[in-house]
Amino acid sequence: MRILKLLIQKEFLQIFRAKVVLRIIFLAPTLQILVLPLAANYDYKKINLSLVDHDHSSYSQKLVSKILSSGYFRLSGNDPSFDAAFHQIENDQSDLILEIPERFEKDLVRNGRQKLFIGINAINGIKAGLGGAYLSSIIGHFNGNILLEWRQPGVNPSSPTIDIATSFWYNPLMVYFILMVPALLVNLLTSLGGMTSALNIVKEKETGTIEQINVSPIPKYIFILGKLIPFALIGLAVFTIGLILARFVYGIVPAGNIFLLYLFAVDYLFALLGFGLLISTYANTQQQAISLVFFFILIFSMMSGLFTPIDSMPGWAQTVAHFIPTMYFIEAIRMIILKGSSLYDVLQDFGAILLIGIALNTWAIINYKKTT
Amino acid sequence: MKQFLVFIKKEFLQVFRDRKTLLMLFGLPVVEIILFGFALSNEVKKSNIVVIDYARDLASQQLISEIAASKYFEIEDAALTHHDIETAFKANKAKMAVIFPAGFYNKLVHFNKAQVQIIADASDPNVATTLTNYISAIILDYQAQLSQKNNPPYAITTEVKMFYNPELKSGPNFVPGVMAMVLMLVCVMMMAVSIVKEKELGTMEVLLVSPFKPILVIFSKMIPYLIISLFDIIVILILSVYLLDVPIRGDIFLLFAESIVFIITSLSLGLLISTVTESQQAAMYSSLLGMMMPTMLLSGFMFPIENMPKALQIISYIVPSRWFYIIVKDIMLKGSGFSAVWRETLTLAGMALALLGISLKTFKIRLE
Repeated sequence: MRILKLLIQKEFLQIFRAKVVLRIIFLAPTLQILVLPLAANYDYKKINLSLVDHDHSSYSQKLVSKILSSGYFRLSGNDPSFDAAFHQIENDQSDLILEIPERFEKDLVRNGRQKLFIGINAINGIKAGLGGAYLSSIIGHFNGNILLEWRQPGVNPSSPTIDIATSFWYNPLMVYFILMVPALLVNLLTSLGGMTSALNIVKEKETGTIEQINVSPIPKYIFILGKLIPFALIGLAVFTIGLILARFVYGIVPAGNIFLLYLFAVDYLFALLGFGLLISTYANTQQQAISLVFFFILIFSMMSGLFTPIDSMPGWAQTVAHFIPTMYFIEAIRMIILKGSSLYDVLQDFGAILLIGIALNTWAIINYKKTT
Repeated sequence: MKQFLVFIKKEFLQVFRDRKTLLMLFGLPVVEIILFGFALSNEVKKSNIVVIDYARDLASQQLISEIAASKYFEIEDAALTHHDIETAFKANKAKMAVIFPAGFYNKLVHFNKAQVQIIADASDPNVATTLTNYISAIILDYQAQLSQKNNPPYAITTEVKMFYNPELKSGPNFVPGVMAMVLMLVCVMMMAVSIVKEKELGTMEVLLVSPFKPILVIFSKMIPYLIISLFDIIVILILSVYLLDVPIRGDIFLLFAESIVFIITSLSLGLLISTVTESQQAAMYSSLLGMMMPTMLLSGFMFPIENMPKALQIISYIVPSRWFYIIVKDIMLKGSGFSAVWRETLTLAGMALALLGISLKTFKIRLE
């Protein structure tokens, strides 16, 4: 026990001696939590629309002003021809083309039907889908208004209508930062914990100081605990800073129990540091360690449901995601903070992280050889 | 010149000697682009919903069976009360609840007006909006069936055409984005570490006291990474065409030329980091912890830059991968030529020059 205490003390001395590294460890996550959540926003408010109006009638004017007043679109150009509008799409100045044909109003009144053409730049699938859906629903409403205008008085107007009353729970304002702040915090914790634990032992290998520990009578699990505990404490400190910023900068008050959040943080750090240790047992130089860490951390963050929902992935990718501890923590932290889920609701996530943690740490301890 | 070649050879030997790192240099970008190209998607697929049917009549049953038949919804065991909705949401068992009030059919037939309530779990707003749009479409469709007017007057129909990516696949958007992000991070980190490592081990001093010019020391370090990255790009492009079905519609040589500019920019950024840090760890933390998230979020391939607050848009201007993403997207997917991307190219080249200039200025050629 005394040895462990001394080892931890030694680690902290080393950590505090490397001033530059210490500053980055605390500053980078703080700055990023302050700034980046505002960037993570799928809410498309300004879709650029190129208009090709061959009709110039009162109907086409009304339709256009209805579209522009919806707030989703911004008129990027009033083009004389389709080709000119398409050129705007090619230059990324526009996302959508609406072409109103000649004699739009006349034919609509005379023949009872008319067709509009919508062209969408579909490279970004969400934007294309949403833009198309908004535009179609505005045109649908416009169509309804015209019907009302032309309806003959006296004829029974009503056909069965179903009112749809929609309510959005947990996030009625439909803002993204509420789910992004906690998830980004988890991600920063992941890079931080993974890097610190992986680089630390490898550095001792590279500089040769590990030999001194190896010839000492310290058992290897005590040595590893002495490495784990300081980094777990740093991770928890960064986690706390993140929660405080979320509270005071973004006004995010966890709906659930704060101790449950910390319980998860400890569970997660245990798994994460195990991951770092495991890498350090395989790598001989810091360069090797960092490229391995980078490889996995990128997979952890891209496939953890942080940016794209797990449910949207193909089946095999979902299977891969289930081996990623980050996925469980992000799911749980969002549930606890947004919905106030209880330990019972997130027990599966907790257990999964714990299992992964036990597996990684056991593997690391077995693989760590004191002899070289 | 001969000296320079010898130095490049030395750098290559060093890079090739460390097999594990080399494997990562080649494998990492390739594996990740394939993985993300297939796995990442924003498409909302089959989602669990709960249905609470207080009506239990003809209309509600018909609507429920329509919903069940849709490819977007999977109806969980019918919940009974409002309280059950909350339980289901809290345990992530359902994403939406549809509630039919008592007497739904009666109201619909006799008053021509009935109400359906939809409650969505909006903890992911994108999913919530999409699901409510889907269900509204089903309900409106049913309503149209009821009114039995197959040929309503004054109908405006729309013809929608999706350019460049008609199936709305996520690959075409993610491949250029992930390519820009991964390449940039790898180049920055490897370049920074390779120089700081020599500083840390003390071998940099040996190089500096040699009659070889310091600037050439730096250039000879850049070349192996430039060549490895270009090789990565070739593999990535081959895989994205043949495996991910992402086309290359534009000039492939232009794409290579642009890649060289981008890689040099990234390497210069790594160089700058190496001049301001003294230890490998400091270089690694600043290039990974400091840059990974900003590069991911501000490249514009995941979140639209035009939606961001003005200040963040301005920050995104200095992220090289943002410009390269636009270039790759334009050349690969739209088949644009140089005339469409010269501004982005110039920006990248300008950045490279500025970064190189600053780093050469701050690069210490004297011993401490």
